[in-house]
Amino acid sequence: MDGLILLFLLQDGLTNGAIYALLGFALVLVFAVTRIIFIPQGEFVAYGGLTFALLSIGKIPSTIWLLLVFGIASCVIQLWRTRYLLTLRSFIREIAGGIALPLAVFFLIRMLARPDQSAWLNFLLTLAIVVPMGPYLYRIAFQPLANASVLTLLIAAVGVHLSMVGLGLVFFGPEGLRAPTLTDISFTLGKLPFTGQTIAVYAVTLALTGGLYLFFDRTLRGKALRATAANRLGARLVGISVAGSGQIAFALSSFLGAISGILIMPVTTVYYDTGFLIGLKGFVAAIFGALASYPITAVAAIAVGIIEAFASFHASSYKEVIVFMLIVPVLLWRSLYAPQIEEDE
Amino acid sequence: MRAHRGILLFALALAVLPIIPGLPPFWITLLNNIGLASLVAIGLVLLTGVSGMTSFGQATFCGFGAYTTAVLTTTYGLSPWISLPIALLVTGLAAVALGLVTVRLSGHFLPLGTIAWGISLYFLFGKIELLGRHDGVSGIPPLSIGSQSLIDPKAMYWVIWTCVLLAGIGTSNLLSSRIGRAIRALRTGGVAAESFGVNRTSMKLIVFVYAALLAGLSGWLYAHLQRSVNPTPFGLGAGIEYLLMATLGGAGHVWGALIGAGLVTLLKDALQRILPALFGNDVQADPIVFGILLVAALHFAREGLWSRLAALFPSVTPATPSLEVFPLPHRVIEKTEHASLLSIESASKRFGGIIAVNDVSFSVEPQQIMALIGPNGAGKSTLFNLITGVLTLTSGTIRFVNESIGNHAPPDIAQRGIARTFQHVKLVPDMSVLDNVALGAHLRGRSSVVASVLHLDRTEEARLLAEASRQIARVGLSEHMHKPAGSLPLGQQRIVEIARALCLDPRLLLLDEPAAGLRQLEKRSLADLLRQLRAEGMTLLLVEHDMSFVMKLADQIVVLDLGGKIAQDTPAAIKTNPAVLAAYLGTEP
Repeated sequence: MDGLILLFLLQDGLTNGAIYALLGFALVLVFAVTRIIFIPQGEFVAYGGLTFALLSIGKIPSTIWLLLVFGIASCVIQLWRTRYLLTLRSFIREIAGGIALPLAVFFLIRMLARPDQSAWLNFLLTLAIVVPMGPYLYRIAFQPLANASVLTLLIAAVGVHLSMVGLGLVFFGPEGLRAPTLTDISFTLGKLPFTGQTIAVYAVTLALTGGLYLFFDRTLRGKALRATAANRLGARLVGISVAGSGQIAFALSSFLGAISGILIMPVTTVYYDTGFLIGLKGFVAAIFGALASYPITAVAAIAVGIIEAFASFHASSYKEVIVFMLIVPVLLWRSLYAPQIEEDE
Repeated sequence: MRAHRGILLFALALAVLPIIPGLPPFWITLLNNIGLASLVAIGLVLLTGVSGMTSFGQATFCGFGAYTTAVLTTTYGLSPWISLPIALLVTGLAAVALGLVTVRLSGHFLPLGTIAWGISLYFLFGKIELLGRHDGVSGIPPLSIGSQSLIDPKAMYWVIWTCVLLAGIGTSNLLSSRIGRAIRALRTGGVAAESFGVNRTSMKLIVFVYAALLAGLSGWLYAHLQRSVNPTPFGLGAGIEYLLMATLGGAGHVWGALIGAGLVTLLKDALQRILPALFGNDVQADPIVFGILLVAALHFAREGLWSRLAALFPSVTPATPSLEVFPLPHRVIEKTEHASLLSIESASKRFGGIIAVNDVSFSVEPQQIMALIGPNGAGKSTLFNLITGVLTLTSGTIRFVNESIGNHAPPDIAQRGIARTFQHVKLVPDMSVLDNVALGAHLRGRSSVVASVLHLDRTEEARLLAEASRQIARVGLSEHMHKPAGSLPLGQQRIVEIARALCLDPRLLLLDEPAAGLRQLEKRSLADLLRQLRAEGMTLLLVEHDMSFVMKLADQIVVLDLGGKIAQDTPAAIKTNPAVLAAYLGTEP
């Protein structure tokens, strides 16, 4: 292996690693706030990527139907759940959030979907479709289980994953898609070529990392989320809505997932079930950080990306086997390093 | 006996079913699939429902069983009956290798681990040349008995359901045995089980391998029923389906697994036939529905369907164990020269910067009741945990009958004759008082897993249960013997813990706040019991906050404050000890 190949592999690993880091952040965030190990994180990647790909060839992505279904389901369930406490205001709020919003997105997409639409507008439209799915999902599947054990929440998350992959197949079909790059700039540094896409991945990852930092460090909402993460009961006692925090965490999760999906679209062919494998790699990183540390997650994500790049060069057909087997020793290390207190469960 | 009759009826129904004239052959196919899934689900009930290890990777073990026999019977031309033990061996070895790592994972890391190796091995199945890569292996011979080939699904029906029935009966047998009690105690933490001699890791490994073997058997049957294998049915999706079956059926009930397997298999079939008819070609809705079903089950029926079904039938009170069995032998105590039974020498325990126990020394004489008192946070319970090996010493020595036991594992310390109760009660709440107490006698039996599965352990089991029953009578709880331990008031649960500790036949009994939550009358009879034990030669060390109880009972009192020993004396002298008064009342010494 010569130096250039090494650099190539490192660059490749870094690019993928940056995306895994975003997904890792989302997983840490969701776990910290809601204690949910969010296995379906990757599905937002597939949904986001495929929606973006369909928009860029001027098709109406079928995910807008999915958004409507999610919105209506969440609205109906929420209205039923709060049927004895319902006021006109909360009723209007539910209808607005669960039905009017997805309908608005629906008509917006029908208006704006064109083959020659700018990539950046498609980017925003994709977010408009995928991001609201996060909070809807939380309200449908997880809010009633908010006080269940981590294990129960994990099983529920696996159930949601199964359903979302199934829905992905129904809505996108079994064929894979690719999308054009966001920019066409490219240049070489020494002998190593850089494309606009690679730069975009780095830029977006850095910007989002900074943005998340500012959100959690400087805004009241972000601090409320951190408070929920630290102590749910305490947060409730000072007036922070745990359900509200959960919805925000899920919105951030679907946001980060969708952006990751859009970023990888030009590099990889994405199928309805690709997201799961990508999400799991973010997962390996998040586990390294014990689902708690953002910096360790970031470093581990880059490491996973690089290991994967080298694995695909040396033993390409065993790439997945290697990457996922990596999780087991990390889990073991985490179990031994931070043994759980064996008080009454 | 009622349960046996139920199984017999069920077996009879299964036997009659295929003989019914005009039964669509398609039903047999479905029943075969249900049987195959049931085998896996039974193992999963034991693994997840009973011992609390959630696995999404059971389909992987089906893969080991199926691929082993596929390769051996096609490439190497072996008979399926010869490949059966090899398939089980391969599955078992894989389970030991994966289990050695997996059972050590804590909390939610364990299911994540099963997801990780589940996916990895699924990919591996599809990459290996010998296993036919993604196409798999085809042309697997059917099973045959003599010259009779079992190529007809109806013939396989008998084989499959015989396996299911045997697996169900064997697993039920295992659960109602000495080892079964230890397995059931794993889910609620396992610290209590370890303190009575159960090696937690190896017990978990046994369960893990047992569940994997059932899955491997299912895989072997699948290969010879289907006559071809490919990686798809051994992926994560299938693993999740198996978990759904176990959850729906009722994660703690062996026969519930059959209900879960039946429901999921029938539903899957219905979805795969009806939906394409409605929506055209290849809409696969079963994952969507199963996902929703799994979440809905968690929302609405976390106990599963079996317990709801069982609630429809009148409950049968289990038989009270007969005492007319040869009693268990008692511990042989050799005469020793040593004056003290337990001696603690400069024991210290730090948690980071906090010193919970600081340079504490004292010794307990045989046939003495020694009380350990002190304000909250004095380090009493930590000291108990050090003596019983639940925590490791930072420095110092602990000797029992003049042998160092500091930092030994809890099962080893239990083996030497130290039994304990816990400040926060550690009983298995949904297990009966009798079974909870019998767990204390774990070290006094020796039946193996195989003997338990085959019910060859009945003589020993009767002796263990008789001993448990005797100890329950001794602490005065006979009338509550068959109630779930969790249904008793907290004070009585503490007494149940004492009965469990007595079942160990201990030389030294450590009681952590035994009188808390008891009424005056109950306290008096507890004190009588403890005195009686002392008179019989037992040595007791107890932590207690009720001073009048302690003062009337103890021979010696050690007072701890802020981790250090501040006094040791007779009750009368302790009452007037200025250092003790200062610690309790805050006056200047």
